[in-house]
Amino acid sequence: MSQSLKIDNLHATVDGNEILKGLTLEIPKGQVHAIMGPNGSGKSTLAKVMAGHEDYVVTDGTVLLDDINLLELEIDERSRAGFFLAFQYPHEIPGVSNANFLRAARQARLPKGEEVDAVAFYKEMYLKMDELGMDRKFTGRSVNEGFSGGEKKRNEILQMMMLEPTYAVLDETDSGLDIDALRIVAAGVNAMRSPERGFLVITHYQRLLDYIVPDVVHVLHDGRIVKSGGKELALELEEKGYDWITEELLPA
Amino acid sequence: MATADSATLEAVHIDRDEGNFSYPEDYTHDAGYGLNEGTVDYISNIKGEADWIREFRQKALKVFFSKPMPTHWASKDLENIIFDDIRYYLAKGQTPTRSWDEVPDDVKETFERLGIPEKERKFLAGVEAQFDSEAAYSNVKESLTKEGVIFVNSTEGLREHPEIFRKWFGKVIPTGDNKFSALNSAVFSGGSFIYVPPGVKVKHPLQAYFRINAENFGQFERTLIIVDEGAEVTYMEGCTAPKFETATLHSAVVELVAMKDAKIQYITVQNWSNNVYNLVTKRGLAHENAEIRWIDCNIGSRLTMKYPGVIMKGRKARGEVISIALSNHGQHQDTGAKMIHAADETTSNIVAKSISVGTGKSTYRGLVHIPRHLKGCKNNTECDALLINKDSNTDTYPAITVRGNQHSTQHEASVSQVSEDQIFYMKQRGLSEGEAMSLSVNGFVNDLVREFPMEYSVELKRLIDMEMEGSVG
Repeated sequence: MSQSLKIDNLHATVDGNEILKGLTLEIPKGQVHAIMGPNGSGKSTLAKVMAGHEDYVVTDGTVLLDDINLLELEIDERSRAGFFLAFQYPHEIPGVSNANFLRAARQARLPKGEEVDAVAFYKEMYLKMDELGMDRKFTGRSVNEGFSGGEKKRNEILQMMMLEPTYAVLDETDSGLDIDALRIVAAGVNAMRSPERGFLVITHYQRLLDYIVPDVVHVLHDGRIVKSGGKELALELEEKGYDWITEELLPA
Repeated sequence: MATADSATLEAVHIDRDEGNFSYPEDYTHDAGYGLNEGTVDYISNIKGEADWIREFRQKALKVFFSKPMPTHWASKDLENIIFDDIRYYLAKGQTPTRSWDEVPDDVKETFERLGIPEKERKFLAGVEAQFDSEAAYSNVKESLTKEGVIFVNSTEGLREHPEIFRKWFGKVIPTGDNKFSALNSAVFSGGSFIYVPPGVKVKHPLQAYFRINAENFGQFERTLIIVDEGAEVTYMEGCTAPKFETATLHSAVVELVAMKDAKIQYITVQNWSNNVYNLVTKRGLAHENAEIRWIDCNIGSRLTMKYPGVIMKGRKARGEVISIALSNHGQHQDTGAKMIHAADETTSNIVAKSISVGTGKSTYRGLVHIPRHLKGCKNNTECDALLINKDSNTDTYPAITVRGNQHSTQHEASVSQVSEDQIFYMKQRGLSEGEAMSLSVNGFVNDLVREFPMEYSVELKRLIDMEMEGSVG
C-alpha cells in the first residue's frame, strides 16, 4: 500500500477557465510540504479541488490518498477517508454550537449504532482547547459566529486535532493572524506532526514556515509546480520575490 | 427521491384508495355527512346540552353559512374544502380501525426513530381508537382536585360548571370572529376546560401526563382555560409524532383568560398528515399585569392557518408568541400572531421562524395594534424564514398599526437560505448532506426550541432531522 497523498497531472477548471494545468505533487506520510506562489497561481483552487468543491471541474489527472482515488468520493466521504482542509475563510454555522458540530463530525465516523462517548469526548476536547489556548466558552458558541480571524483559525486547528486526519491541507492558515496567534496555531500543527500523517501548507508568505518548518517547498505558478526544493527555497522566495521564478522560467 | 413525508402520503393513500379503514354503521352515534340544523341538534342531543348551548350552536351555524371564505386574503386552497363530504360528529368507537400489520413499514419506522412508546404507536397509527392514559392521569387529577383546579372536557365543563365557564365561553373569540370559529362554535366537541383558582400555581404542565387522548385529537376541539388572580398554569397539546388522520378538516377554538397577575403558557406541537386542513383560532385575554405566552410548533398538514393572539386588556399585561413552522413538499404553513394592546404599558413579543422545504410554502402574518390614546406600550416582532430548496417559498405580511408617539416598536424580518458554502464546510468535516442540512436547520430554530419542555425539544430535533433527510436528493 502506498503511503502518500499523490497528485498526478491534475487539471481543473472553474467557469470554463483552466486554473490547474497538470499539477503533480507527492506528499509522503510523515512529511510537511509547503506550496507557495503568487496570487492567482491556483493555490486555493488546489485545496478546493482536493476537498471536492462543486464549482470546480476536474478535467484530467488523479489524486490518490494512499490507495484511495479521492476524486471518485463525495465531499464527506473524502473527509471520513482521512482528508482534512483547514479553510482560508471558515464558514459560520448559526445556532450550532462548536461542541455539537465536532460531536456530529465524530459521530459521522462511527459505525451505525455506536454513539460518541460524551464524557470522553468533552475531556479530549477540553485538553485540545487548552493546548490551543482556547477559552472553554467556545464549546457553547455557534461555530465561527462572531469569532475574530485568529479565533476562526484556531478553531480550524481544533477541528483538525479532534478529527485526526491522515492528510491535512492548510489553506493560508496564516492570513489574518497576529504573531501570537500564529505561534499557537503552528504549535498545534507541530504537535500533530507524526510519521502517520502528511501536511500540505499553502501560504503566500514565508513567515508561517518559520514556525511550521517544511520538509519540501514547492512553487506554484500558472497551475503547475515550477520549482521544488528544501526549506531554504522559501527564504529565497521571500528575498527575491516571485518574479525571479517566473523570469527563470522564460526561455533563454 | 424518497421524501420524509412519504409515510404520511402513504397513509393518506391507503385511506382514500384502498379502503383499509372501516366505519361501523351505528346511526345512533353518527351525525352523518354534511352540515345542517339537524346535525347540530344531533350533537346537542347526544351531549344532553342545556338550552343556552343549543342556541349558541344554532346561532353559530347561521353565522357560519353567512360568512364567505376568506379567500380575498387567504389561500385559494380553502375552496377545495367540501363541507358536505365531512362528518361533523363521530362518537367513541367510530374512529377507523385497522390492524398493526396493515400499517405501512415506513410509518412504523418513523415511530421507531422518534422513540414513541409502544402503546402510543398503536393509537397514532389508527390501530387503537383510544389511548388509555387514565391510570397515569388519575394521580394528577387527585392532587389537582385538592387545589380546586377543574380540568375536564368541554361537554363536562359546560354541564357541570356553567357558573365558571359560561361567563367567558365564546367571549375571547366571538362566534363571528371568522368563518371557522363559527363552524367550531356550531359543532364543537372535545377539548379541555380548565379553571385554576386564585393563587394556585400548578406545578406540572397539564396534559403532559396524558399527551395522547382521543378527545383532544378531535376535529372541532373547544378549549377554554381560565386562570384566576395570581394563579399560573402551563398547558401542552399535541405531540411530535405524525397523526395519520382520516378527517381532513380540523378547526379548533382555544380561548385563554388570565385574570390579574395570572400567567398562562400554552404549548402546542402538531405534526399533521398531508391531507389535513388545520384552521385554528387561538386567543388569550390578559388582565392587569397578567402574562400569556403561546409557544407553537406546526409541522405538516396541507394548509395550516393559525395566528395565536393576545388581547392585553389590563395595565402592564404581557403577550408573547413563539412560533416555529416547518412546511415540507406541497404543504402551506400560514401562521403568525395578533397582538392587541388595549391598556397602558402593555408589552408584546413575537418571534416567528419558518422553514420551507422543497415546494413547501410558509407565510407569516402579524397584526400589532396600539391605539393613539395609550401610553408606554412596547412591541417587538422578529420573523425569520429559512428556505431549503430553490423552489421553496415564503411570504411575510406584517401589519403594525401604532398610533401616538409614546410607544416603542421594533420589527425585524429576514429571509435566508442555507448557503452552499456552509454545507460544503460541514461536509468537509464528514457530515453527509442530510446531516449537514439537519444541523443547519436545527441551528436556525435552536433558540426557540429551548422554549419547549425537554421531552418535546428532543423529539423536535429528531423530527427536524427526519424531515430534512428527504430534502436533499
